[in-house]
Amino acid sequence: MSIVFQKPKFLTDAPTHYCPGCSHGIVHRLVAEALEAVGAEGHVVGVAPVGCAVFAYNYFNCDMQEAAHGRAPAVATGIKYTNPDNIVFAYQGDGDLASIGLAEIVHAAARGVNITVIFINNAIYGMTGGQMAPTTLLGQKATTCIYGRDAMLNGNPIKVSEMLATLDGPSYVERVSVADVPNIKKAKKAIEKAFRNQAEGKGFSFVEVLCACPTNWHMTPLQAVEYVKGDMTKIFPLGVFKEV
Amino acid sequence: MAEKKLMKGNEAIAEAAIRGGCRFYAGYPITPQNEIPEYMSWRLNEVGGHFVQAESEIAAINMVYGSAGAGGRAMTSSSSPGISLKQEGISYICGAELPCVIVNMVRSGPGLGGIQPAQCDYFQAVKGGGHGDYRMLVYAPNSVQECVNLMYDAYDKAEKYRLPVMMLGDGMLGQIMEAVELPPMKDPKTFPKKPWATTGEGIGKTRRIINSLYIVPDELEAMNKKLQKVYDEMAANETMVEEYKLDDAEIVLTAYGTVGRIVKSSVDLLREKGIKAGLIRPITVYPFPKDAFKRVGEMPCVKEIVAVELSTGQYIEDVKLYTECRKPVKFYGRSGGNVMSPEDVVDFVLKEVK
Repeated sequence: MSIVFQKPKFLTDAPTHYCPGCSHGIVHRLVAEALEAVGAEGHVVGVAPVGCAVFAYNYFNCDMQEAAHGRAPAVATGIKYTNPDNIVFAYQGDGDLASIGLAEIVHAAARGVNITVIFINNAIYGMTGGQMAPTTLLGQKATTCIYGRDAMLNGNPIKVSEMLATLDGPSYVERVSVADVPNIKKAKKAIEKAFRNQAEGKGFSFVEVLCACPTNWHMTPLQAVEYVKGDMTKIFPLGVFKEV
Repeated sequence: MAEKKLMKGNEAIAEAAIRGGCRFYAGYPITPQNEIPEYMSWRLNEVGGHFVQAESEIAAINMVYGSAGAGGRAMTSSSSPGISLKQEGISYICGAELPCVIVNMVRSGPGLGGIQPAQCDYFQAVKGGGHGDYRMLVYAPNSVQECVNLMYDAYDKAEKYRLPVMMLGDGMLGQIMEAVELPPMKDPKTFPKKPWATTGEGIGKTRRIINSLYIVPDELEAMNKKLQKVYDEMAANETMVEEYKLDDAEIVLTAYGTVGRIVKSSVDLLREKGIKAGLIRPITVYPFPKDAFKRVGEMPCVKEIVAVELSTGQYIEDVKLYTECRKPVKFYGRSGGNVMSPEDVVDFVLKEVK
């Protein structure tokens, strides 16, 4: 009997702690498949963030480092420069990457350090219980903007991919979504490309993934993916923002 | 074969770090330690290492975390306000048991303070400046040569105990030029293996995780107990102290770092005046030389102790604690970047003591 489907070797057997309808599981799988596709076995180190993916080191089946909140690109930089032959990736959420760690991601990108960063944008702080994120949409409700995000009171969402694409450092910046199967297929290609770039020494590669958080959005999983495809994609359009 | 050179403290510490195996440096400019990143920026290149001018002190210490976790000999340096910014990272490094070296060329504070020498970061360095129960091995060299000697073996110590070593200097030590003997380059091939490091080969049971998150209270408490055991072992093996003319001393001056050197001259000046003075100088301020200070407290000839420091009174607390308050301890300190002369200390003793 031939195997037609199996768990990627870069995922452990540990059951994840993610909520029903959360996109993290899908993106974990895509990252694991990409690592396999580029032949990273034996030379890969991942960096987990602070936030819902804080336990990512339990799920990715490779050497892992857990970084302080927002510092994953700096930690990844230290790893990469110490062992340049390793495939090094950082996996970060929106609070981690676009708020407390904005300096680290911008400078890692500007430096063009040859790492891969996967950015989970679900427009909310998940682990801490649904506070406003730097990417929360205007009008979107969160526990720290209970009437909906108001630009005058709470500022505007940050479009990280567009911002990083203005820099000369990155070799590749793309925003994808995992809201449905066709988009998951595109996301898979983008993530694989981001790792292949690193393997080929092309420099800093960045994939932003629009993700659903039904729990903190107070939606059913189906409502949540519709929200990603509708409101969220309008503010955060999908596509390649930079490719060298 | 030792090589003799005239070097600034900052440059000498950088060269000694490289000869001791440092191959990764990340730092951010701040006076009075700028010669360290400047020197590293070209010198690391020559030995196949890597220098990064980080976007902040926070990023720098986290790059060191990554490099150390990946098995490298990594270093960062800064001065007081920058070391404050690094505290989060230092706490994580201690929690993840990573060996590295952090240099603090202390300047005066609080706040932006000034750029002149001070010792006002004593509590931060020895009592755990970041969050959580942790300690570091903290050296307080008194000369450029002592900087070199301590720095040269700092990575061996850091790796033995899997914790950061802090070199606690000050603006004076960083800027002063002295003749130093430089030891030969250590061969990285002789460094001990680090089976815990994330060098990329791990998969399945062989994978390594660098982490300081322990969500189960019993696991975290066990981790804390393990760390305390390491600190106890370090205290037993690594405590260093200099004693000078202590045997018959009636007045014991005590100070660390460059002030310890100034005060040594004061001891000689006092002896010339017929006053039996002596010096006790911790070389490690953590672990503190508890036994040596306890002995001083118990010496029948000792009438009074004077703690001399460039702060408003931090080090004196440990002096009192570890002499068990058996002898009166007077305080003489300057701050704001002012530095006392040997004669100032003599005047203080003549006026204020006994």
